[in-house]
Amino acid sequence: MQERLKQKALELLENGTADRILGWKIGEFFYDLTPAVFKTRQEIQEEFVYSPFAGANLSKYLIAESRKGGKVAVFLKPCDSYSFTQLLKEHRIWRENVYVVGVQCGGMCDMEKLRAKGCEGVLSVGEDGENIVVETLYGTNVFPRAELLEDRCITCKSKKVVTFDELIGEQGTELESDRFSQVAQLEAMTSQERFAFWQKELSRCIRCNACRNVCPACSCEKCVFDNPGSGVRNKAAADSFEESLFHIIRAFHVTGRCTDCGECSRVCPQNIPLHLLNRKMIKDMNELYGTYQAGADPDTKPPLTDFTLDDEEPSIVHTRGGQ
Amino acid sequence: MKKIAISKLNDLFSAISKEKVLYIPADDGANQARFTPWQEGLTLTDKLNTVRSAKDLFFPQVENLVNFKNSGKAIQIIENRTEPQPFVLFGVRACDCRSFDILDRVFLSDPVDTFYKTRREQGVVITLACNRPTETCFCGVFGIDGADPQGDVTCWMDEAALYWRANTEKGEALTAALPMLTDCAEEAIDPIAAKIRSILSKLPLNDLDLTGFNRDRMMELFNSPQWEDLSQSCLGCGTCTFVCPTCQCYDVQDFDDGQQVRRFRCWDSCMFSDFTMMAHGTNRPTQKERFRQRFMHKLSYFPNNNDGIFGCVGCGRCLQKCPIHMHIVKVAKALKEDLK
Ligand code: SF4
Ligand code: SF4
Ligand code: SF4
Ligand code: SF4
Ligand code: SF4
Repeated sequence: MQERLKQKALELLENGTADRILGWKIGEFFYDLTPAVFKTRQEIQEEFVYSPFAGANLSKYLIAESRKGGKVAVFLKPCDSYSFTQLLKEHRIWRENVYVVGVQCGGMCDMEKLRAKGCEGVLSVGEDGENIVVETLYGTNVFPRAELLEDRCITCKSKKVVTFDELIGEQGTELESDRFSQVAQLEAMTSQERFAFWQKELSRCIRCNACRNVCPACSCEKCVFDNPGSGVRNKAAADSFEESLFHIIRAFHVTGRCTDCGECSRVCPQNIPLHLLNRKMIKDMNELYGTYQAGADPDTKPPLTDFTLDDEEPSIVHTRGGQ
Repeated sequence: MKKIAISKLNDLFSAISKEKVLYIPADDGANQARFTPWQEGLTLTDKLNTVRSAKDLFFPQVENLVNFKNSGKAIQIIENRTEPQPFVLFGVRACDCRSFDILDRVFLSDPVDTFYKTRREQGVVITLACNRPTETCFCGVFGIDGADPQGDVTCWMDEAALYWRANTEKGEALTAALPMLTDCAEEAIDPIAAKIRSILSKLPLNDLDLTGFNRDRMMELFNSPQWEDLSQSCLGCGTCTFVCPTCQCYDVQDFDDGQQVRRFRCWDSCMFSDFTMMAHGTNRPTQKERFRQRFMHKLSYFPNNNDGIFGCVGCGRCLQKCPIHMHIVKVAKALKEDLK
């Protein structure tokens, strides 16, 4: 796969389809890839990598990249293509300046899972059929690939690349996924239990803003939490009230636009399952307004910006029996 | 040198916590470790290190400074400073222990930060040699020895026992209060240290070469054309800063809650767009300048002002946690090219 992508990158650069390529760049180890723009043949040959550790979703970089002039080619995995399409819908990306190569994906691996299995001092990985072979300072370990998959990949919603100019690999389909089962478990809790669950999870937050900054749906030029004039104290992470508000406001703000790409949970240095907040919103929307998948196409109107007279009007006052 | 059987660790922790509040690195239920106040039943983590560094205990993320109340032209000052209680920090790794030296140079030089100073005075640091260093560790580059850390007390562990060596007066005083520690030969730790050193010698980042990052090359590094590429995909989050044991910047903010004004200080990150915002705006308008600041501070400005001591201890946290994996090793190796 890596070779096919590399060849494609070289071809697009050389036949003038694009003057630069957005992809993943080699790191110190096998897993620490960095999103990068490649401008020369040599850079691509020496530094371009596509591997089970190319988890980073490149679509958000296109907001800036597509405005720079010239044409950028990008590789998008199926879930990345949903983010890309959602950004097109929001007119955040200049489509004519982007050439999209869709790539099929067998699921990305999670270093945290490797470490959770006691693997430290990892030096290299190899693939052996469905197994991942890990060489470490302390010996060799072999794990079935499935055990190392990122959580978001275990519950992958779709292998379909929704927007592309060309595809590498077969086009995939939407999948039956039980991604809402954990949300259902939370819903089954009493409100006190649920409150305790989120207090415990969010109490670990260090307010680094990685979840927001990586999120393709969080593309405001200036976030309210970064505006010192807003009256919100962004950095008072210890204030649990303010802290929870950050996450809840963010979840509301991306509702209808969150494609469930899973980047927020992937990047959180404190392993907070942020995707559960967003999935709750998606599940509620599906139940109230009919199934809707953000980023699945560039045209349909999201339920929250499309008013009809017989829309549900859920309200906390109403469900609590108030007037 | 003293020792105690691993099976008696609980008794040791229990005895220490009768003297002072004891923090140990323990699993937090999210597949990671953090320093947690010990209570009956809490056990040491198997993880090499905590995600949040040990600096948290001396320089917490948020701390209240003072409250004000305005009525007419009068301002009432409400002191809400709480003096920290004596505490013991067990299980600090050599890298984090060295980070205290770096923080001391910042907070204990004039004007002394009394909040930090009191915590340093109240805290006893017990370090623990690293039995299983990992690939992101590069403490050795800074002359830090994972097999023989500093601190008030140094500990080593094997399957059978925990070995204990007091290094300072504070350490001796604590040792004297712990009769369950029994005497043993100094050589007892030699095989453990030798085993650790053999792993340390094989770490893949040992070849990181930081020679030449001198004051006279500072402007050259600052003006390096590489900053553009290095910073191109940085998210401007605070992850690298907040997990780093040596990052020391903070902001002081006033929060008007309608009743009173609460003045607090909190960690800040040079990676944030509103860092050191001034009346005219910001002097680091794009992520490139912010990114450059973090790495120039650690690799150039700090050593230039501090006898050549780098502002990094090689703990590897930013290597593991940066969402885009653009970390200090990649930056240092790239800059080294400019110095050739
Ligand atoms: S909220 Fe999370 S899952 Fe949703 S689009 Fe943003 S990063 Fe992706
Ligand atoms: S990434 Fe995690 S720790 Fe950082 S602000 Fe988001 S939830 Fe908090
Ligand atoms: S810069 Fe990175 S490796 Fe160095 S001390 Fe900070 S977190 Fe650790
Ligand atoms: S960097 Fe060195 S001292 Fe720190 S955890 Fe790794 S081996 Fe131990
Ligand atoms: S270097 Fe990495 S951790 Fe630091 S601000 Fe940039 S993206 Fe975040």
